Amino acid sequence: MGEYNPWVGGALMDTSANYTETFLELIRRASTELPADVVAAIEEGRDAEESQGLASIALGTILNNIELARENSAPICQDTGTPVAWIHHPSGVSTRRLKADFETAVREATARRFLRPNAVNTLTGSNTGDGAGRGIPFIHFEEWDGPGIEVRMILKGGGSENVGTQYKLPDAGLGAGRDLDGVRRAVLDAVFQAQGKGCAPGVLGVCVGGDRVSAFEESKRQLLRPLKDSNPAPELAELEERLLREGNELGIGPMGFGGATTLLAVKVGILDRLPACYFVTISYMCWADRRAAVSIDQGGDVTWLS
Amino acid sequence: MAELKLPVSEETIRGLEVGDFVELSGRMITGRDAAHKWLMEEYREEVAPFMKDSVIYHCGPVVASNDDGTHDFVAAGPTTSIREEPYQADVIGRYGLRGVIGKGGMGAKTLAGLAEYGAVYLHAVGGAAQVLARAIPRVERVFMLEEFGVPEALWVIDVERFPVIVTMDSHGGSLHDKVEEHSQEKLRELLGFAV
Repeated sequence: MGEYNPWVGGALMDTSANYTETFLELIRRASTELPADVVAAIEEGRDAEESQGLASIALGTILNNIELARENSAPICQDTGTPVAWIHHPSGVSTRRLKADFETAVREATARRFLRPNAVNTLTGSNTGDGAGRGIPFIHFEEWDGPGIEVRMILKGGGSENVGTQYKLPDAGLGAGRDLDGVRRAVLDAVFQAQGKGCAPGVLGVCVGGDRVSAFEESKRQLLRPLKDSNPAPELAELEERLLREGNELGIGPMGFGGATTLLAVKVGILDRLPACYFVTISYMCWADRRAAVSIDQGGDVTWLS
Repeated sequence: MAELKLPVSEETIRGLEVGDFVELSGRMITGRDAAHKWLMEEYREEVAPFMKDSVIYHCGPVVASNDDGTHDFVAAGPTTSIREEPYQADVIGRYGLRGVIGKGGMGAKTLAGLAEYGAVYLHAVGGAAQVLARAIPRVERVFMLEEFGVPEALWVIDVERFPVIVTMDSHGGSLHDKVEEHSQEKLRELLGFAV
């Protein structure tokens, strides 16, 4: 295939390739197999709870459920959420075709019941029936220098989406100024407001800065990070650790039953902002933190990523 | 863990308290956002017999439709209940429900309704769609499937040892209120406010 040149990158890929099968398998994995780091975090949570208590029983049921879903290749949760994908591609690859293939995969995954028909017409209230609709799935494309395609996706359930929120600082009620302590106050308030309604224990994706749109996107992109990674910015790494500790001190616990495990992880990203704006944006991911990723190389070979 | 047969009497329900584990067996119905609005628009005679002295399950399942016209639940955990808060107490009163299954708990109006009519709020483990689908061996029939779609239709189901926890009882008790109060105190402490 010769030396790779990012400026003509896509020309080295088979631009007529159809990725529907790969995307279908990606969606199946996301819906039915929880990532190992998430399972480990839930296990840690269960071990930290008082045995026979409500929190421990809830986490035990959750772990049992994760196992059943994997064995039966069936959805972990009946709310299979909005498929949100981030696709990196070389130049020359048609994003329209990638989008069409991904949508076809969503329809096929719905027909095979890896996904629930989850797109409702907002005017008529009728369900499209096939899982796809206006703005569903939601795909972000970015061209990169790499020779292949990488797809990272999450399934974002509705219960957790409803407890996502956005603060603008300063916020007098929270005593939150425009600094990282203000961010801490806003995020802790969001965890309190969510109680168990987002299917705690949850993972928080947080964006500080940006505008009202870019910030929500960035907060969701943070959810792609492995739970145990460390933020490269030391002040954000410290904030993440503190928020995880203090969020759990709230004692809301699994399902809001009370307990030590309210959050599994907190991930904070930043965007630059307008002088007038200081947003703290929080996306709450339920314990069923369904993410999956795949890379497709120039020859079309597929590698499943964690 | 106590097994509770559906339909169930008011007396049995009034004997339940916050923190009790219960396993439900018998017939119940699912209903969520569109269903609750529909149930209150007018009295829906066709579904009323399936609700009287039984429970409504806030659930939008994944369903397999078989060639012979029958259905099976493939994944069936609870959805967030608080969205039905404007309707729930009235639905309980109008249709004679003895309980509501969901997740996340409900508010003051529902809590008052539980006490007034003799009903309980039963919390299923959110997201445990496989564990709970296994406790639903049979789908009897469905209402409003065409109009509302699979997640929002009212499914009449038979359940066997369906595991739930009483988090709101008919005596004004609510685990959700308790946890919220406690976590609010803790939040004020973490923010350095006077408790």
